[in-house]
This record gives sequence, C-alpha cells and structure tokens, in this order.
Amino acid sequence: MRTTFLRELVKAATIDPRIFLVVGDLGYSVVEPFRDKFPDRFLNVGVAEQNMTGVAAGLSREGFKVFTYSIANFPTLRCLEQIRNDVCYHGLDVTVVAVGGGFMYGPLGASHYATEDIGILRTLPNLHVYAPCVPDQLPPVMNDILTSAGPAYLRLGRAAEFPIPDNKKLLEGGWMFSRNGGSSATVAMGNVGSIIRKVQKEERADRDLWFTGRVKPFPKIVAESLARYREVLAIEDHQRSGGLASLVAEQLFINRDTKEFPLVRSYSIPDRFPDFSGKEEYIQYTMIHMDRNK
Amino acid sequence: MNLTSGDDAVRALAKSIRREAIEMVYRANASHIGGALSSADILAVLYSGVLNVDPRTPMGPERDRFIMSKGHCCTALYAVLALKGFFRIEELREFGRDGSRLLSHASNHVPGVEWSTGSLGHGLPIGCGQSLAARRKGESWKVYCLLSDGEINEGSTWEAVIFAAHHGLENLTAIVDANGQQGMGHTRGILRIENLDERFRTAGWDAQVVDGHDVAALREAFSVSPSGRPRVIVAKTVKGKGVPFMQDNVEWHYRSPRTPEEFKAALMALECELQ
Repeated sequence: MRTTFLRELVKAATIDPRIFLVVGDLGYSVVEPFRDKFPDRFLNVGVAEQNMTGVAAGLSREGFKVFTYSIANFPTLRCLEQIRNDVCYHGLDVTVVAVGGGFMYGPLGASHYATEDIGILRTLPNLHVYAPCVPDQLPPVMNDILTSAGPAYLRLGRAAEFPIPDNKKLLEGGWMFSRNGGSSATVAMGNVGSIIRKVQKEERADRDLWFTGRVKPFPKIVAESLARYREVLAIEDHQRSGGLASLVAEQLFINRDTKEFPLVRSYSIPDRFPDFSGKEEYIQYTMIHMDRNK
Repeated sequence: MNLTSGDDAVRALAKSIRREAIEMVYRANASHIGGALSSADILAVLYSGVLNVDPRTPMGPERDRFIMSKGHCCTALYAVLALKGFFRIEELREFGRDGSRLLSHASNHVPGVEWSTGSLGHGLPIGCGQSLAARRKGESWKVYCLLSDGEINEGSTWEAVIFAAHHGLENLTAIVDANGQQGMGHTRGILRIENLDERFRTAGWDAQVVDGHDVAALREAFSVSPSGRPRVIVAKTVKGKGVPFMQDNVEWHYRSPRTPEEFKAALMALECELQ
C-alpha cells in the first residue's frame, strides 16, 4: 500500500509543483523516490511530530499541498492538537498519512498500532478521512484527496490479502464493491482478508463485499446501498468504539426515516490492548475473530 | 509599506494599546490583561516600522508574517491592528460578545491576524513552516513570532527551536515576552529556565536580551542584519506593565476590573504611570 501511495504521490507531484512531502524520520526505503526526484519539496523534520504538523501547516498556508508521513500513532495521536488547531481549524491543504494501519506492525506492540485513529480523527471538523484496503483503491483515493484540497487523513495498512473478485467496482471516494447477489453485506476496513475468509467459511454466506474508501464524508450512495441489506457485517482492525461498526451504525440509524433497519454486526477490537506478541494475522485472529465480539 | 514612527509616537501607540486592552477586558469580563500589558510595547514597535504590513491589503503576498503565539493576549493585538487601521476601532467594543469575530483568543477571522492561536506551543512550528516556504520560494518576506515565557515550557516550542537552527532560518525572529509569570505564579517557581538567551544560543540561534518596555532598544534589536541563523529577542517585561496595582500580580492573569471605579482607576493609573 505504501509503495503504491508513494508512486501515486510522485506521479501527482510531477504534474503539480505545489506537492510537498514531510516525514518524521520514517519511511526508509519507501520515500526515497520522492526525495530524490523533488529534493526542494521534501523534508525530514526528525523525530518531532508536533513540529512536523505545525511546519506542514505553515507550508500549506504559503501555497503548498503538504503530505505528512509517519507510522501509525506518531503523525496522528502524538500531534493531535496540531492537526486540530493548525490544520483543521484553518482548513489547510495538509494530508496526514499514517502507515501501519491496524496491527500491521504486529510484534512491535501497542505503541505502534493504529487501532483508534479513525474514531479519534473523524470527529475533527473539516477533516476528510480515508481508509482504503487494497492498492487498486489508491488512485481514486488520491484523486479525491488532491481535488478536495483540504485537511485529510489517509490510513494505510498492509494490502488486504483477499482475492478481489473480477466484478469489482470502484465507487465514490474510492470505495470498492463486489456484488455476490446476497441479501447481506460484509463491509471491511483494514487488512482483514483472513477474517473475511474465516467468516465466509463459517457462515457459508454469499455476502456482497464492500471495502472502505473515504469514510468521512461518508458517500451517500454507499449509505443508501447498505440500508437495503438485511444484515451488514462490519469487519475492521480498529476498536469498535468510533470505528467502522460505529460509522456504519450512524449512517444506517441516525436521521433515517424508515422502520426497517438492517441488523448490524461487527468483528472489531473489543476495547482492549493486546498484551502478547505475534504477527499481524495472529493478533487479528485473537483480538478480533476468536473473541467473536458480535 | 512600513508604518514608521518616531519613538514618542510608538510610546503613545503602546499606551493606546494598553488603554484599549483594559477597556476590552473590562467590558467583556475577560482574562489575560497582565500579559497583554506586558506585550504592548513590543507590539507597538513591531507595527511601527518593523513589520512590512499594509492595513489596506492585510493578506498581501509580500507582507511579513506575524504570529501571536501567545494568543491569550489577543486584546493587545486586536488593539494595535485597530489603531493601525486594519479594521474599525469601534469594533473593539464587540470583543468577546456573542457573535463577534473578536474571540478571546486570537482569531484569524480578524483582519491582520495571521493565525488563530490560544493553545501554547503552536506558533513557532507554524512560523518555521512559513519561513521555510519563503526560502524555498525565493521570497524575501520575514516571519515574526511572539511567545510567552510560560510557553517555553512546551516541548513543541523546543522541537521548533532545534528545527529552525538546523535549517538556518534567518528570516525567522522569535520574541519572548519574558514577564516572569505564567498560569499559577512566577516562572522561576514553576519550571525554572535560567539564561534563556544562552539556551537559544546553544541551540544555534542568535539571541539578545532587551528591556521589553524600551521602544528604542526594541527597535534597535529588530534592526540587526541576518546572520544565517534564526534570531530570538528575549524581551524582559513586567506583567501588567502600566497599571501598578496589576503589575507582577498573577491574579491579573485571570481577572479584569470588576467595577466602574476599578476600571477608571486602571485607566487613571495608566495615564499617571506612562506620562
């Protein structure tokens, strides 16, 4: 995902001389193509995320389209107030990019997980929030970010290891949809392919499959489509509170003038930190699936 | 355009800033008059020929950028901007009222205010970004950032101090309104930072200590030529300067004159103190 993101960013920066990349001393062996091609529009601020975000705001105020880049909670929670006050309050064209969505940095522990980011960041006014699951979603997501020209958050995990059906369709905000003719849907956020497979095997259900793209503002067409299902199952590598399950429930239940609602179920992280080591899939299985927090 | 004035005119401007600030906090029952009074001379000097700003085009691309990082003392900033013609001076009466754009922390919806501030430790990183932008775009405008000495507690300020020195941001000038007090008392009793100028020098900045109420000294400090390094002016000031019963008293970080008599006494004291 991050390599595809960088490729898209380089492509965009070749056309648009305003694009500027600021990193917090992370991105080794990933960001070099940008650095080498656009040295005047690249900056490593060091291990200083609050300054990184403030500097990004200052650059943006002077006409640059700035991307900040680091791991998981470093460019997000560590400098949350700078994102809120400097970027969002002033409506600046800064995109915060976090790599390592969910449990991607498995053995590194909770200090390196992005499992609360969507819930926290989507409450910030003016901020558009993107959580694509597979590389094919990145071109439309990047196009959406670049054309909306305001504050944005882009969550990048490992590409969801799930065979993408041939009948996939890309929708508004980079959402991806595959119809299987079912009356139920699975909505996935993050690298949760193995859980999708397990659930499909257990439940033997032919569900339509949705991969998240722009989750804020939530595309109307997605909300209306989800409302027609009998059941919507949200699967995410994020805490349930404020994450995909909450988001889907908000879209389906709040201010909807209907008596018929889909049943919403979720496989999410149940308000806990994992206190054990493991690879991403192991931690996901233990925390999200085995827990069966339905 | 440089709004150049002689020292007497600058002192008169500083006095007017103080008078307007006192009236604003009195009418709105607002806080932070002490730090507004301590920064009045600094702002008067900045807006009297140091900053290249024009009230007719507050966002002109060639303007110098001034960041009021100690946004809680916005009454002094609003006052100097109104007095210099960025907006009608009558609007100061609306400070803090329902629906007013004159919020009780600096708001960039007010003409001439570059950034909305209020949470401490944000101004210098932003200023670094703007300074770097000017350099990368080959533009000659400068960035000035006014900090409180309490704000020096913030880690983000020191992240920016290191950054500015590393990148040799000579177009960036920080001014510390070193009035020696912060939220709960004297800075020396809360988080003691001795020899602030030396700390900046050690970090790679040019640093100078001046009397923050001496307009000639301030003007001279702002006239120093760039040296390839960012520059800090540590302005030694008195919190509540100009009103003896407010001076060096942390109570005036929070309260405003409560009665018409106290308000008149503050204005009277200001007239007598700064003849």
